[in-house]
Amino acid sequence: MSRHTLSVLVENKPGVLARVASLFSRRGFNIDSLAVGPTEHGDISRMTIVVNVEDLPLEQVTKQLNKLVNVLKIVELDPAQAVQRELTLIKVRADAESRSGVLELVNLFRARCVDVASDAVTIEVTGTPDKLQAFIKLLEPFGIKELVQSGMVAIGRGARSITDRSLRALDRTA
Amino acid sequence: MTEQMTGAQALVRALENVGVDTVFGIPGGAILPAYDPLYDSVKVRHVLVRHEQGAGHAAQGYAQATGKVGVCMATSGPGATNLVTPIADAYMDSVPIVAITGQVTSEAIGTDAFQEADISGITMPITKHNFLVTNPDDIPRTIAEAFHIASTGRPGPVLVDIAKDALTAQTAFRWPPVMQLPGYRPVTRPHSKQIREATKLIVESRRPVLYVGGGVHRAGASAELLEFAELTGIPVVTTLMARGTFPDSHRQHLGMPGMHGSVPAVGALQRADLLIGLGVRFDDRVTGQLSTFAPHAKVVHADIDPAEISKNRHADVPIVGDCKEVVSELIAAMRNEERRGDYTDWWRQLDGYRETYPLGYSEFEDGSIAPQYVMERLGAIVGPDALYTAGVGQHQMWAAQFIGYERPGSFINSGGAGTMGFAVPAAMGAKMGRPEATVWAVDGDGCFQMTNQELATCAIEGVPIKVAVINNGNLGMVRQWQTLFYNRRYSNTNLQTVRRIPDFVKLAEAYGCVGLRCERPEDVDATIKKAMEINDVPVVIDFVVHEDAMVWPMVAAGTSNDDIKVARDMAPVWDSED
Repeated sequence: MSRHTLSVLVENKPGVLARVASLFSRRGFNIDSLAVGPTEHGDISRMTIVVNVEDLPLEQVTKQLNKLVNVLKIVELDPAQAVQRELTLIKVRADAESRSGVLELVNLFRARCVDVASDAVTIEVTGTPDKLQAFIKLLEPFGIKELVQSGMVAIGRGARSITDRSLRALDRTA
Repeated sequence: MTEQMTGAQALVRALENVGVDTVFGIPGGAILPAYDPLYDSVKVRHVLVRHEQGAGHAAQGYAQATGKVGVCMATSGPGATNLVTPIADAYMDSVPIVAITGQVTSEAIGTDAFQEADISGITMPITKHNFLVTNPDDIPRTIAEAFHIASTGRPGPVLVDIAKDALTAQTAFRWPPVMQLPGYRPVTRPHSKQIREATKLIVESRRPVLYVGGGVHRAGASAELLEFAELTGIPVVTTLMARGTFPDSHRQHLGMPGMHGSVPAVGALQRADLLIGLGVRFDDRVTGQLSTFAPHAKVVHADIDPAEISKNRHADVPIVGDCKEVVSELIAAMRNEERRGDYTDWWRQLDGYRETYPLGYSEFEDGSIAPQYVMERLGAIVGPDALYTAGVGQHQMWAAQFIGYERPGSFINSGGAGTMGFAVPAAMGAKMGRPEATVWAVDGDGCFQMTNQELATCAIEGVPIKVAVINNGNLGMVRQWQTLFYNRRYSNTNLQTVRRIPDFVKLAEAYGCVGLRCERPEDVDATIKKAMEINDVPVVIDFVVHEDAMVWPMVAAGTSNDDIKVARDMAPVWDSED
């Protein structure tokens, strides 16, 4: 099994997320992470889907995804040629005694404190999944009260854009 | 040019404009606004069925008989959910249908309103695409898109769910609308490099087989297939969905492959060094245990759906394209190729299988009818110009094996989904699409009791189909499995129709049809001929057959094709000449 990052450009229409998500589940794939949001083009949304599968079943799910009428384009991003980021918000126990230790880690990981209470701080951190895991591990001894994580978003390095051609397809039908 | 009208009027106008002449359906609350302008349409005939499932299967039968998109209509909630089975069936067998359903008002959506069901959500995994329309301005474009999607690429069902308020509101009707389907681009033209690769494998192979599926008929490529087969001399097998796509009587035809395929067809696949799969999906009912399927064969796989290629079996030469174009290009490539494969030894081997293991069946000593005999006589008396539909089970397999098909699309049945009750409504739809054709529904007593209410529709609408009920008093195929795999413990398979509950002759008469009964082999011909003479009303024949007849050959589920049995505990002796 290996992790694959798919960037899926879809029409920004109601129900598209359900179509994509249900396709994964009914073909027997677990989604590790999913992030959806708008793109530079109002008619196109972009999903970043991380799946843990063998190559052959990945090909099958990609082909099935391509058959969805609302899916415009699918690109598998090579981690070496892409910037991948997740965002995590962590509420960690931090009283007067332990706060400085927590803040030291925040600085080391270039994270930010976004809220401070008398016995807890809330930290915002972005990075690759590996970095976030390392950070969380170091925070655990202090006592993590609550944690929320975004799906991963990713974009290819270099000047090329994967949305260009899909935009042209949209223009043709407009 | 635009014209002011209601959404409902726009719907009916759009249906007229895309060429719809027949709609099968039942009205109800949410779809009611659409039925008012439909009442006035002179171009669209609405056929009032007795159950929405019948509407769906009728649309499938219509589509398969005509090649056009079949249309069914239902109201929200239970009306729509009753369409789920035919929609799933059409999805599995790539049948182009459009289902139009009414939905509660857009304001009420999501409130668990009366007769509300999220039918677009429910049918998401079983439609090629579906739409929920809440704005009347979107109706014409959505209808155009639905018909385009259903009929192009790999055909399939499309559902259009329309909120009641979108049907009643005013809109400016414009035609033709501009379709907005930027993500829908089916590939029909095969890649020339792949055609060259395929040609190379074909001339170099010694034991090739043309493994022909439903995609060839959907592409209208029967003539091309015949030409290609004769040009190359390659043996042909036709799957359940492709019966008739290549003439059964043709010397190169080996029969149907699969669980109940002929020994020559199954044996050919298992011994082949090259499979040329055309419009097939390497379904488990054909391959048996996948890991032992056609173990020596390289695979050329052509299909219009890229997702079918290498899904179950790796394709050495994948060809994405419409089968008509693929086979045409293969013909052109073969004409430019000087070499020809030498299949002499192969044919000698296959002819040996044919001689030793022809399809056959046993008669019963007690004078009761062997169901296979009914099929043989039906095929012989009715002939190959008729259309035949079937339900699902033993009778379906016997119909596939023994009727004999010469014309593409002459056998319409539920292949992938295996939907019992398909035959009668599908026959009704087929007959309405091709009124000049003789249409026979071959049904089992189990299947027939699931959808025979559409006989009322047939009688009232003047659709004189003919129904051959193969009545063995049991859910025969399940009983066969119980005989073979469950130690003859016949749990819940005996329908007791031998007690005449119901009496199918009286049932037919109650529905305004002619009912005939046939209980002895010597009466089979006369009964079929009598049915053929009645052309003003539907005819139902109750063929009372022996309950112990079984479908052979058989590859038990999950086992290898190599373990095919020609009868109980009787395996063919392969290659005794070697």
